[in-house]
Amino acid sequence: MSALATSAATTRTHEATPHATSTGLSNVKLAVWAFLASECLLFGALISTYLLYRGRSIVGPYPHQIYDIPYTSVSSFVLLMSSLTMVLALAAVQRGDTRRMRVWLLATALLGMTFVGGQAYEFTSFVRQGLTLHTNLFGSSFFVLTGFHGAHVTIGIVMLLSLFGLSLRGKLGPENAETVELIGLYWHFVDVVWIVIFTVVYLIPS
Amino acid sequence: MAIVEREPIAEATLVETAAPSAAALRRPHATTGAWSWFTTIDHKKIGILYGATAFVFFIVGGLEALLIRLQLARPNGHVLSAEAYNQIFTMHGLTMIFLVVMPLSNGFANYIVPLQIGARDVAFPRLNAFGYWVFVIGGLFLYSSFLLGGAPNGGWFNYAPLSAHQFAPGHNIDFYVLGIQILGIASLTSAVNLIVTIINMRAPGMSFMRMPVFTWMTLVVNFLLLFAMPVIAVALVLLTFDRLFGTNFFNVSAGGDPLLWQHLFWLFGHPEVYILILPAMGVVSEVLPVFSRKPLFGYPFVVFSGIAIGFMGWGVWAHHMFAAGLGPVATSGFAISTMLIAVPTGVKIFNWLATIAGGSVRAKTPFLMAVGFVTMFVIGGLSGVTHSIVPADTQQTDTYYIVAHFHYVLFGGSMFGLFAGFYYWWPKVFGYSLNDRIGKVQFWLMLIGFNATFGPMHILGLQGMPRRIYRYAPGMGWSTWNFIETIGAFIIAFSVFLFIVNVWRSKRAQVAAGDDPWDARTLEWATSSPPPPYNFAEIPVVHSRDDLWRRKYVEDEDGKVMPVPPVASTEEDQEAGEVHVHMPSPSYFPLVAALGLPIIGYGLIYHLIWVDVIGLLVLLTGVYAWALEPPTEPEVEIEAHGEPDHPDGDGEPEPVPALTAGGTEGGSE
Repeated sequence: MSALATSAATTRTHEATPHATSTGLSNVKLAVWAFLASECLLFGALISTYLLYRGRSIVGPYPHQIYDIPYTSVSSFVLLMSSLTMVLALAAVQRGDTRRMRVWLLATALLGMTFVGGQAYEFTSFVRQGLTLHTNLFGSSFFVLTGFHGAHVTIGIVMLLSLFGLSLRGKLGPENAETVELIGLYWHFVDVVWIVIFTVVYLIPS
Repeated sequence: MAIVEREPIAEATLVETAAPSAAALRRPHATTGAWSWFTTIDHKKIGILYGATAFVFFIVGGLEALLIRLQLARPNGHVLSAEAYNQIFTMHGLTMIFLVVMPLSNGFANYIVPLQIGARDVAFPRLNAFGYWVFVIGGLFLYSSFLLGGAPNGGWFNYAPLSAHQFAPGHNIDFYVLGIQILGIASLTSAVNLIVTIINMRAPGMSFMRMPVFTWMTLVVNFLLLFAMPVIAVALVLLTFDRLFGTNFFNVSAGGDPLLWQHLFWLFGHPEVYILILPAMGVVSEVLPVFSRKPLFGYPFVVFSGIAIGFMGWGVWAHHMFAAGLGPVATSGFAISTMLIAVPTGVKIFNWLATIAGGSVRAKTPFLMAVGFVTMFVIGGLSGVTHSIVPADTQQTDTYYIVAHFHYVLFGGSMFGLFAGFYYWWPKVFGYSLNDRIGKVQFWLMLIGFNATFGPMHILGLQGMPRRIYRYAPGMGWSTWNFIETIGAFIIAFSVFLFIVNVWRSKRAQVAAGDDPWDARTLEWATSSPPPPYNFAEIPVVHSRDDLWRRKYVEDEDGKVMPVPPVASTEEDQEAGEVHVHMPSPSYFPLVAALGLPIIGYGLIYHLIWVDVIGLLVLLTGVYAWALEPPTEPEVEIEAHGEPDHPDGDGEPEPVPALTAGGTEGGSE
């Protein structure tokens, strides 16, 4: 079989068509953007549901009786700072600085875990004050909306820790910088959604 | 595919490249045989799988339709009990929408789109396989409800709070909320995949305005899916939480709003209508020019009308809710937008007619089916416009007039269009043509049966016969038409049976079709029938719309079409020798990951947390093994060079060892 001949033929083909993708954007990155666009409608529908039911609960506890704005502000700040560490992790991997990348990836995951831990504490304290999924419309829509967001943060943490694990096994070098970038995109998206939720759910008085 | 000669390399490279989790389970590399269908990630095989699976569901949904028609053939029918009737009509609707028309369209998109844009595969071959398996498993999950205490019985739109736990105890609706959720995941992954494929993997020169219309409509449909699926996902999540965890979203006594479900459902549900019809419009836009031997009339208008429908489809949902009493402002707004959306649809109809007009028409089966689509869809479209007249719609709501309308667009439209696609692309996919004589008989029987079944429903609906009643009294004046409808339904069933006979006989006859049996215009006909695994030995360079036609024909100075004089093209050179193209390897893990989802579903329904944990572990195992295995195993096919445009999108990019073909092939032989 003329392996060399065919190899020469196909090589010529690809020299004739020197393009990676039609847009120049990599396939995975385009896919992540498409997925995040879809997620916008997921959170959009959940936030709309919360807004529809705002002020329509028949029994308490009501939001103003239960929110601890300073506490949630601190945990929101923690989550926003994790976007900064994520950016630093990406910058490190693009420079080829594996050690700093590991530090920042771990820092991002830890900040995320602090946020999710804070949310767990907040949920527990709300339940102690008598607000559960069943209590009223506020309880149902609050827990489902913020719980969905918390689940997204948790998935992000799992992905960050997976990156950290890959890096320990020496499988995350500068050539994989795009993987870090894509998980970063997801992470920033989840942060931005939290800015909207924090404003709409906690800060705007009903 | 001589695997034997590559065995020594497999031993050597497996250790260093495959992840430890994957090493226990050896990577499959068979591309033939029954088992290869479970691990395939070839878009063409997955397209065939979608088509075959959806056709099985089409038979099942059709049998359910026959049960409904038998029950209603005579007044006071006693074939089904009221409860069984509710389950059968609900499952008929869910099956035909989610398990037949959507996956059939997706099957065509999977098979045809990469060929039409000159790509070697979709952007994410394993994600493609995952989408298919989630669809199959979601369908089986939905149907398992028949064995586990009863199928969903709330109609396909499943209005809450009637579907809340208080009014619908039992697990019927649980299977609806979780089954449709699983099917939604399948649609979403497939949408991401096809959008990236069409935007990013077009052959050089294939600009957007040179893309075939079927590819265009697939792009629009997948954007609709991308944005519609999360909306229904939220509606289903809210209802799932109400039913399983006691939240109050649809609990009216706690202040819950019944309109919330209707808005969320129809905000998904109306784009869904276009998700069902646009692929068939794409097929028809391919078939009519080929069989009229003319370019599509007004290509930009057809494309932009499709895009316009995609946008406007988001602004009409509340016409499904006129009877709910939304108030005059909302009602008027949605009435006007509903009238407006008929405009781009009408533009398409006239473009199709102008395509046929003056052409040298060859009335083969695909052409007849496409014309059947246009005519039946016009009837369904016109009855649709009558819904925008709010007082008339209030009269028509929940009557057989509605049933008539959506069957004229869904069966008369989508199914006729998809059958046109079957007859048109069958020779490309399987290498032999379907029998045209049987096809024509099937077409006429289907057309007659279809109109006998659904035509009289207009009359019955205007006479006031409500939908979803399992019996009617003898003196209502509905008996004759109902009996005629049942006869019509059996004529349709016979025509579908003829299609199966046609497939069976044509397969035995094996009349070789050739690469381009219809003298067609688009790139899928430029490769062999069936196409090789890599689709094109050499990625085509596109110079114009209808590129294949331009390669075959030129116009002389009088505008007369003449064949291009034959020259030895580079493609023929390629076909002469054996071509090695580096294609992604088969994988178990999409199937493994998909298997986790129904396990989680059953765990939720029966409140068994340990089952959920098992399902989650299965899902995670599949996803991690998938992410850690390289898209392409180096041992399966040895690449001669770093290929820039082969599809290796999903998972992490693994550098492929730069082996030279000459060296390794020689060493292993």
